[in-house]
Amino acid sequence: MSTCPQNIVDYMHEYLDGDISRDHEQQLKKHLQACSDCQQHMHQLSDTIAFVKSAAHITAPPNFEEQVMKRLPKAKQRLGVQKWLRRHPIIVAAAVFLFFMSATLLSNYPNDEFSVTKQPNLVVDGQTVIVPEGEVVKGDIVVKNGDIVIEGEVDGNVTVINGQYMASTAVVTGQIEEIDETFEWLWYEMKEMANDFMSLFE
Amino acid sequence: MDALVNKRIKQVLKGDQNAFSDVVTLYQHKLYQICFRMLGNKQEAEDIAQEAFVRAYINLHSYDQKRKFSTWLYRIATNLCIDRIRKKKPDFYLDAEVAGTDGLDMYSHIAATDQLPEDAVEQMELQDRIQYEISRLPDKYRSVIVLKYIEELPLQEISEILDMPLGTVKTRIHRGREALRKQLNNL
Repeated sequence: MSTCPQNIVDYMHEYLDGDISRDHEQQLKKHLQACSDCQQHMHQLSDTIAFVKSAAHITAPPNFEEQVMKRLPKAKQRLGVQKWLRRHPIIVAAAVFLFFMSATLLSNYPNDEFSVTKQPNLVVDGQTVIVPEGEVVKGDIVVKNGDIVIEGEVDGNVTVINGQYMASTAVVTGQIEEIDETFEWLWYEMKEMANDFMSLFE
Repeated sequence: MDALVNKRIKQVLKGDQNAFSDVVTLYQHKLYQICFRMLGNKQEAEDIAQEAFVRAYINLHSYDQKRKFSTWLYRIATNLCIDRIRKKKPDFYLDAEVAGTDGLDMYSHIAATDQLPEDAVEQMELQDRIQYEISRLPDKYRSVIVLKYIEELPLQEISEILDMPLGTVKTRIHRGREALRKQLNNL
Protein backbone atom coordinates (compact mmCIF):
# COMPACT_ATOMS: atom_id res chain seq x y z
CA MET A 1 0.00 0.00 0.00
CA SER A 2 3.00 2.27 0.44
CA THR A 3 3.21 2.58 -3.33
CA CYS A 4 -0.44 3.61 -3.62
CA PRO A 5 -1.31 7.26 -4.23
CA GLN A 6 -2.04 9.10 -0.98
CA ASN A 7 -5.39 10.35 -2.16
CA ILE A 8 -6.89 6.87 -2.65
CA VAL A 9 -7.73 6.64 1.06
CA ASP A 10 -9.28 10.12 0.85
CA TYR A 11 -11.41 8.93 -2.07
CA MET A 12 -12.53 5.97 0.02
CA HIS A 13 -13.83 8.35 2.67
CA GLU A 14 -15.44 10.58 0.09
CA TYR A 15 -17.14 7.47 -1.26
CA LEU A 16 -18.30 6.47 2.23
CA ASP A 17 -19.63 9.98 2.86
CA GLY A 18 -21.55 9.73 -0.39
CA ASP A 19 -20.11 12.89 -1.86
CA ILE A 20 -17.46 11.53 -4.23
CA SER A 21 -17.16 13.05 -7.70
CA ARG A 22 -17.53 10.87 -10.76
CA ASP A 23 -13.89 11.42 -11.62
CA HIS A 24 -12.65 10.35 -8.20
CA GLU A 25 -14.96 7.36 -8.16
CA GLN A 26 -13.55 6.13 -11.47
CA GLN A 27 -10.01 6.48 -10.18
CA LEU A 28 -10.88 4.67 -6.96
CA LYS A 29 -12.57 1.74 -8.77
CA LYS A 30 -9.69 1.39 -11.15
CA HIS A 31 -7.18 1.35 -8.33
CA LEU A 32 -9.11 -1.10 -6.17
CA GLN A 33 -9.29 -3.58 -9.02
CA ALA A 34 -5.52 -3.51 -9.25
CA CYS A 35 -4.52 -3.28 -5.56
CA SER A 36 -5.55 -5.94 -3.08
CA ASP A 37 -4.19 -4.00 -0.07
CA CYS A 38 -6.45 -1.05 -0.80
CA GLN A 39 -9.30 -3.43 -1.47
CA GLN A 40 -8.81 -4.87 1.99
CA HIS A 41 -8.64 -1.38 3.49
CA MET A 42 -11.92 -0.49 1.79
CA HIS A 43 -13.56 -3.68 3.05
CA GLN A 44 -12.39 -3.04 6.59
CA LEU A 45 -13.86 0.45 6.51
CA SER A 46 -17.21 -0.81 5.23
CA ASP A 47 -17.19 -3.53 7.88
CA THR A 48 -16.40 -0.95 10.55
CA ILE A 49 -19.42 1.11 9.53
CA ALA A 50 -21.65 -1.94 9.44
CA PHE A 51 -20.35 -2.89 12.88
CA VAL A 52 -21.18 0.49 14.44
CA LYS A 53 -24.53 0.64 12.68
CA SER A 54 -25.52 -2.70 14.16
CA ALA A 55 -25.68 -1.05 17.58
CA ALA A 56 -29.07 -1.67 19.12
CA HIS A 57 -31.42 1.22 19.71
CA ILE A 58 -31.28 2.35 23.27
CA THR A 59 -34.36 3.73 24.97
CA ALA A 60 -34.59 5.98 27.98
CA PRO A 61 -35.67 4.41 31.30
CA PRO A 62 -39.46 4.27 31.84
CA ASN A 63 -39.78 7.12 34.35
CA PHE A 64 -37.39 9.42 32.52
CA GLU A 65 -39.92 12.11 31.62
CA GLU A 66 -41.27 12.22 35.18
CA GLN A 67 -37.73 12.65 36.53
CA VAL A 68 -37.04 15.55 34.17
CA MET A 69 -40.26 17.31 35.16
CA LYS A 70 -39.28 16.94 38.82
CA ARG A 71 -35.93 18.54 38.16
CA LEU A 72 -37.35 21.61 36.43
CA PRO A 73 -36.99 24.76 38.51
CA LYS A 74 -40.19 25.99 40.12
CA ALA A 75 -40.15 29.19 38.12
CA LYS A 76 -43.83 30.08 38.41
CA GLN A 77 -43.94 31.30 42.00
CA ARG A 78 -40.79 33.34 41.77
CA LEU A 79 -42.07 34.90 38.58
CA GLY A 80 -45.38 35.68 40.31
CA VAL A 81 -43.69 37.71 43.04
CA GLN A 82 -41.50 39.52 40.55
CA LYS A 83 -44.47 40.34 38.36
CA TRP A 84 -46.43 41.67 41.32
CA LEU A 85 -43.51 43.87 42.38
CA ARG A 86 -43.15 45.19 38.86
CA ARG A 87 -46.83 45.94 38.56
CA HIS A 88 -47.08 47.89 41.82
CA PRO A 89 -44.06 50.18 41.97
CA ILE A 90 -45.82 52.71 44.18
CA ILE A 91 -46.64 50.21 46.88
CA VAL A 92 -43.05 49.02 46.82
CA ALA A 93 -41.77 52.57 47.07
CA ALA A 94 -44.14 53.32 49.95
CA ALA A 95 -43.08 50.20 51.81
CA VAL A 96 -39.41 51.05 51.43
CA PHE A 97 -40.09 54.63 52.55
CA LEU A 98 -42.06 53.52 55.61
CA PHE A 99 -39.36 51.07 56.55
CA PHE A 100 -36.64 53.70 56.67
CA MET A 101 -38.98 56.27 58.16
CA SER A 102 -39.91 54.04 61.09
CA ALA A 103 -36.29 53.17 61.62
CA THR A 104 -35.37 56.83 62.12
CA LEU A 105 -38.38 57.54 64.28
CA LEU A 106 -37.81 54.60 66.56
CA SER A 107 -34.16 55.42 66.94
CA ASN A 108 -35.29 58.80 68.28
CA TYR A 109 -37.68 57.19 70.74
CA PRO A 110 -36.85 58.42 74.20
CA ASN A 111 -34.64 56.26 76.29
CA ASP A 112 -34.83 56.39 80.05
CA GLU A 113 -32.53 59.35 80.46
CA PHE A 114 -33.86 62.56 81.87
CA SER A 115 -33.34 65.60 79.72
CA VAL A 116 -34.70 69.09 79.41
CA THR A 117 -34.35 71.96 76.98
CA LYS A 118 -31.79 74.43 78.27
CA GLN A 119 -33.38 77.71 79.21
CA PRO A 120 -31.65 80.32 81.43
CA ASN A 121 -34.06 80.54 84.37
CA LEU A 122 -35.20 76.94 84.85
CA VAL A 123 -34.65 75.16 88.14
CA VAL A 124 -34.00 71.44 88.02
CA ASP A 125 -34.73 69.46 91.16
CA GLY A 126 -33.96 65.78 90.67
CA GLN A 127 -36.28 64.74 87.86
CA THR A 128 -38.55 67.69 88.21
CA VAL A 129 -38.20 70.88 86.25
CA ILE A 130 -39.52 73.98 87.92
CA VAL A 131 -40.37 77.28 86.35
CA PRO A 132 -40.10 79.50 89.46
CA GLU A 133 -42.74 82.02 90.41
CA GLY A 134 -42.25 85.44 88.87
CA GLU A 135 -39.89 84.13 86.17
CA VAL A 136 -40.68 84.29 82.46
CA VAL A 137 -39.19 81.61 80.21
CA LYS A 138 -38.96 82.71 76.62
CA GLY A 139 -38.96 79.78 74.23
CA ASP A 140 -40.19 76.17 74.08
CA ILE A 141 -39.54 73.61 76.79
CA VAL A 142 -39.26 69.89 76.15
CA VAL A 143 -38.90 67.58 79.16
CA LYS A 144 -38.07 63.90 78.65
CA ASN A 145 -38.55 61.33 81.44
CA GLY A 146 -39.32 63.98 84.01
CA ASP A 147 -42.09 66.18 85.37
CA ILE A 148 -42.54 69.87 85.02
CA VAL A 149 -44.01 72.27 87.52
CA ILE A 150 -44.83 75.67 86.21
CA GLU A 151 -45.28 78.42 88.76
CA GLY A 152 -44.15 81.28 86.58
CA GLU A 153 -44.75 82.07 82.92
CA VAL A 154 -43.73 80.28 79.74
CA ASP A 155 -43.71 82.18 76.48
CA GLY A 156 -43.76 79.13 74.18
CA ASN A 157 -44.80 75.49 73.92
CA VAL A 158 -44.40 72.96 76.69
CA THR A 159 -43.95 69.29 75.86
CA VAL A 160 -43.61 66.53 78.44
CA ILE A 161 -42.55 63.07 77.32
CA ASN A 162 -43.02 60.23 79.80
CA GLY A 163 -43.77 62.61 82.58
CA GLN A 164 -46.41 64.79 84.12
CA TYR A 165 -47.31 68.37 83.66
CA MET A 166 -48.31 70.08 86.91
CA ALA A 167 -49.48 73.62 86.96
CA SER A 168 -51.70 75.68 89.15
CA THR A 169 -51.44 79.31 88.30
CA ALA A 170 -49.31 78.84 85.25
CA VAL A 171 -49.34 81.07 82.24
CA VAL A 172 -48.30 79.26 79.08
CA THR A 173 -48.70 81.13 75.85
CA GLY A 174 -48.05 78.12 73.60
CA GLN A 175 -49.43 74.61 73.60
CA ILE A 176 -49.07 72.03 76.31
CA GLU A 177 -48.57 68.39 75.41
CA GLU A 178 -48.09 65.22 77.38
CA ILE A 179 -46.75 62.18 75.59
CA ASP A 180 -46.61 58.68 77.07
CA GLU A 181 -47.18 56.07 74.43
CA THR A 182 -45.07 54.98 71.50
CA PHE A 183 -47.79 55.83 69.07
CA GLU A 184 -48.19 59.30 70.40
CA TRP A 185 -44.45 59.69 70.28
CA LEU A 186 -44.42 58.74 66.61
CA TRP A 187 -47.22 61.14 65.92
CA TYR A 188 -45.36 63.89 67.71
CA GLU A 189 -42.15 63.22 65.78
CA MET A 190 -44.00 63.26 62.51
CA LYS A 191 -45.67 66.55 63.37
CA GLU A 192 -42.29 67.95 64.32
CA MET A 193 -40.86 66.88 61.01
CA ALA A 194 -43.76 68.42 59.17
CA ASN A 195 -43.35 71.65 61.13
CA ASP A 196 -39.63 71.75 60.40
CA PHE A 197 -40.41 71.14 56.80
CA MET A 198 -43.03 73.91 56.66
CA SER A 199 -40.72 76.34 58.41
CA LEU A 200 -38.31 75.98 55.53
CA PHE A 201 -40.79 77.89 53.43
CA GLU A 202 -41.50 80.60 55.89
CA MET B 1 -43.53 17.00 14.53
CA ASP B 2 -41.78 20.36 14.29
CA ALA B 3 -45.14 22.14 14.31
CA LEU B 4 -46.18 20.34 17.49
CA VAL B 5 -42.85 21.05 19.15
CA ASN B 6 -43.02 24.75 18.30
CA LYS B 7 -46.55 24.92 19.67
CA ARG B 8 -45.48 23.31 22.94
CA ILE B 9 -42.45 25.59 23.17
CA LYS B 10 -44.67 28.65 22.84
CA GLN B 11 -46.88 27.31 25.63
CA VAL B 12 -43.86 26.76 27.86
CA LEU B 13 -42.61 30.26 27.15
CA LYS B 14 -46.00 31.61 28.23
CA GLY B 15 -45.51 29.92 31.61
CA ASP B 16 -47.14 26.52 31.10
CA GLN B 17 -44.51 24.22 32.56
CA ASN B 18 -46.53 21.06 31.88
CA ALA B 19 -46.35 21.61 28.13
CA PHE B 20 -42.68 20.77 28.39
CA SER B 21 -43.46 17.13 29.23
CA ASP B 22 -44.52 16.50 25.61
CA VAL B 23 -41.20 17.87 24.41
CA VAL B 24 -39.41 15.49 26.76
CA THR B 25 -41.52 12.55 25.61
CA LEU B 26 -40.74 13.25 21.96
CA TYR B 27 -36.97 13.48 22.32
CA GLN B 28 -36.14 11.43 25.39
CA HIS B 29 -35.00 8.26 23.60
CA LYS B 30 -32.81 9.98 21.03
CA LEU B 31 -31.23 12.22 23.61
CA TYR B 32 -30.66 9.39 26.07
CA GLN B 33 -29.14 7.28 23.31
CA ILE B 34 -26.63 9.99 22.37
CA CYS B 35 -25.64 10.38 26.01
CA PHE B 36 -25.35 6.66 26.57
CA ARG B 37 -23.20 6.12 23.50
CA MET B 38 -21.00 9.06 24.41
CA LEU B 39 -20.60 8.15 28.08
CA GLY B 40 -21.04 4.39 28.02
CA ASN B 41 -22.75 4.38 31.40
CA LYS B 42 -26.46 4.20 32.15
CA GLN B 43 -26.49 6.30 35.30
CA GLU B 44 -24.39 9.03 33.82
CA ALA B 45 -26.36 8.95 30.58
CA GLU B 46 -29.61 9.36 32.49
CA ASP B 47 -28.22 12.16 34.61
CA ILE B 48 -26.75 14.09 31.69
CA ALA B 49 -29.80 13.58 29.46
CA GLN B 50 -32.05 14.92 32.24
CA GLU B 51 -29.70 17.81 32.80
CA ALA B 52 -29.81 18.60 29.07
CA PHE B 53 -33.62 18.84 29.18
CA VAL B 54 -33.49 21.02 32.29
CA ARG B 55 -31.00 23.37 30.63
CA ALA B 56 -33.12 23.46 27.50
CA TYR B 57 -36.11 24.44 29.65
CA ILE B 58 -34.21 27.18 31.47
CA ASN B 59 -32.72 28.61 28.28
CA LEU B 60 -35.75 28.10 26.09
CA HIS B 61 -36.11 31.86 25.56
CA SER B 62 -32.77 31.84 23.73
CA TYR B 63 -33.85 29.13 21.27
CA ASP B 64 -34.44 30.49 17.75
CA GLN B 65 -37.72 28.94 16.63
CA LYS B 66 -36.82 29.28 12.96
CA ARG B 67 -34.18 26.61 13.41
CA LYS B 68 -34.55 22.95 14.16
CA PHE B 69 -35.25 22.24 17.82
CA SER B 70 -33.52 18.86 17.81
CA THR B 71 -30.26 20.45 16.61
CA TRP B 72 -30.36 22.92 19.50
CA LEU B 73 -31.24 20.21 22.03
CA TYR B 74 -28.56 17.78 20.80
CA ARG B 75 -26.03 20.55 21.01
CA ILE B 76 -26.77 21.09 24.70
CA ALA B 77 -26.51 17.35 25.31
CA THR B 78 -23.26 16.78 23.41
CA ASN B 79 -21.63 19.74 25.15
CA LEU B 80 -22.64 18.33 28.54
CA CYS B 81 -21.33 14.89 27.57
CA ILE B 82 -17.99 16.25 26.40
CA ASP B 83 -17.65 18.24 29.63
CA ARG B 84 -18.43 15.14 31.64
CA ILE B 85 -15.93 13.00 29.74
CA ARG B 86 -13.20 15.57 30.34
CA LYS B 87 -13.97 15.88 34.03
CA LYS B 88 -14.39 12.17 34.55
CA LYS B 89 -12.15 10.61 37.11
CA PRO B 90 -10.85 7.09 36.49
CA ASP B 91 -12.68 5.63 39.47
CA PHE B 92 -15.97 7.41 38.87
CA TYR B 93 -18.92 5.18 39.88
CA LEU B 94 -16.68 2.14 39.50
CA ASP B 95 -18.34 -0.01 42.12
CA ALA B 96 -21.81 1.43 41.68
CA GLU B 97 -22.99 -0.64 38.76
CA VAL B 98 -20.78 -3.69 38.49
CA ALA B 99 -23.71 -5.88 39.40
CA GLY B 100 -25.63 -4.07 36.65
CA THR B 101 -28.45 -5.49 34.65
CA ASP B 102 -26.79 -6.38 31.41
CA GLY B 103 -23.06 -6.12 31.82
CA LEU B 104 -22.74 -3.07 29.59
CA ASP B 105 -21.72 -0.94 32.48
CA MET B 106 -18.86 -2.96 33.78
CA TYR B 107 -17.07 -3.02 30.46
CA SER B 108 -17.65 0.59 29.72
CA HIS B 109 -16.22 1.65 33.09
CA ILE B 110 -13.02 -0.11 32.37
CA ALA B 111 -13.05 1.06 28.78
CA ALA B 112 -12.68 4.63 29.86
CA THR B 113 -9.34 3.91 31.44
CA ASP B 114 -7.84 0.60 30.42
CA GLN B 115 -7.72 -1.67 27.45
CA LEU B 116 -9.10 -5.10 28.07
CA PRO B 117 -7.07 -8.20 27.29
CA GLU B 118 -7.76 -9.62 23.83
CA ASP B 119 -9.51 -12.79 24.91
CA ALA B 120 -11.86 -10.81 27.15
CA VAL B 121 -12.82 -8.61 24.20
CA GLU B 122 -13.36 -11.62 21.95
CA GLN B 123 -15.78 -13.14 24.44
CA MET B 124 -17.94 -10.05 24.62
CA GLU B 125 -21.44 -10.01 23.28
CA LEU B 126 -21.77 -7.97 20.07
CA GLN B 127 -23.62 -5.08 21.74
CA ASP B 128 -21.10 -4.80 24.55
CA ARG B 129 -18.30 -4.94 22.04
CA ILE B 130 -19.78 -2.10 19.99
CA GLN B 131 -20.07 0.12 23.05
CA TYR B 132 -16.57 -0.85 24.16
CA GLU B 133 -15.08 0.14 20.80
CA ILE B 134 -16.98 3.44 20.73
CA SER B 135 -15.77 4.24 24.25
CA ARG B 136 -12.18 3.69 23.20
CA LEU B 137 -12.41 6.43 20.58
CA PRO B 138 -11.01 9.84 21.52
CA ASP B 139 -13.99 12.05 22.40
CA LYS B 140 -13.66 14.32 19.38
CA TYR B 141 -14.10 11.34 17.08
CA ARG B 142 -16.63 9.67 19.33
CA SER B 143 -19.17 12.49 19.08
CA VAL B 144 -19.14 12.61 15.25
CA ILE B 145 -19.26 8.80 14.91
CA VAL B 146 -22.21 8.59 17.32
CA LEU B 147 -24.13 11.36 15.56
CA LYS B 148 -23.37 9.99 12.11
CA TYR B 149 -23.79 6.24 12.55
CA ILE B 150 -25.97 5.81 15.62
CA GLU B 151 -28.30 8.79 15.22
CA GLU B 152 -27.82 8.75 11.42
CA LEU B 153 -27.84 12.52 11.12
CA PRO B 154 -26.76 14.35 7.96
CA LEU B 155 -23.27 15.90 8.02
CA GLN B 156 -24.69 19.43 7.79
CA GLU B 157 -26.72 18.89 10.95
CA ILE B 158 -23.74 17.41 12.78
CA SER B 159 -21.75 20.50 11.87
CA GLU B 160 -24.49 22.69 13.41
CA ILE B 161 -24.79 20.55 16.53
CA LEU B 162 -21.07 20.56 17.21
CA ASP B 163 -20.67 24.14 16.02
CA MET B 164 -17.78 23.37 13.69
CA PRO B 165 -17.28 23.74 9.94
CA LEU B 166 -18.47 20.95 7.66
CA GLY B 167 -14.87 20.29 6.59
CA THR B 168 -13.84 19.64 10.19
CA VAL B 169 -16.75 17.25 10.69
CA LYS B 170 -15.71 15.30 7.59
CA THR B 171 -12.09 15.13 8.68
CA ARG B 172 -13.14 13.85 12.10
CA ILE B 173 -15.43 11.25 10.63
CA HIS B 174 -12.64 10.04 8.35
CA ARG B 175 -10.21 9.81 11.24
CA GLY B 176 -12.82 8.24 13.47
CA ARG B 177 -13.50 5.55 10.87
CA GLU B 178 -9.80 4.88 10.50
CA ALA B 179 -9.35 4.69 14.28
CA LEU B 180 -12.23 2.23 14.59
CA ARG B 181 -10.90 0.18 11.70
CA LYS B 182 -7.54 -0.14 13.41
CA GLN B 183 -9.15 -1.03 16.74
CA LEU B 184 -11.21 -3.77 15.14
CA ASN B 185 -8.41 -5.25 13.06
CA ASN B 186 -5.61 -5.18 15.58
CA LEU B 187 -7.00 -8.21 17.34
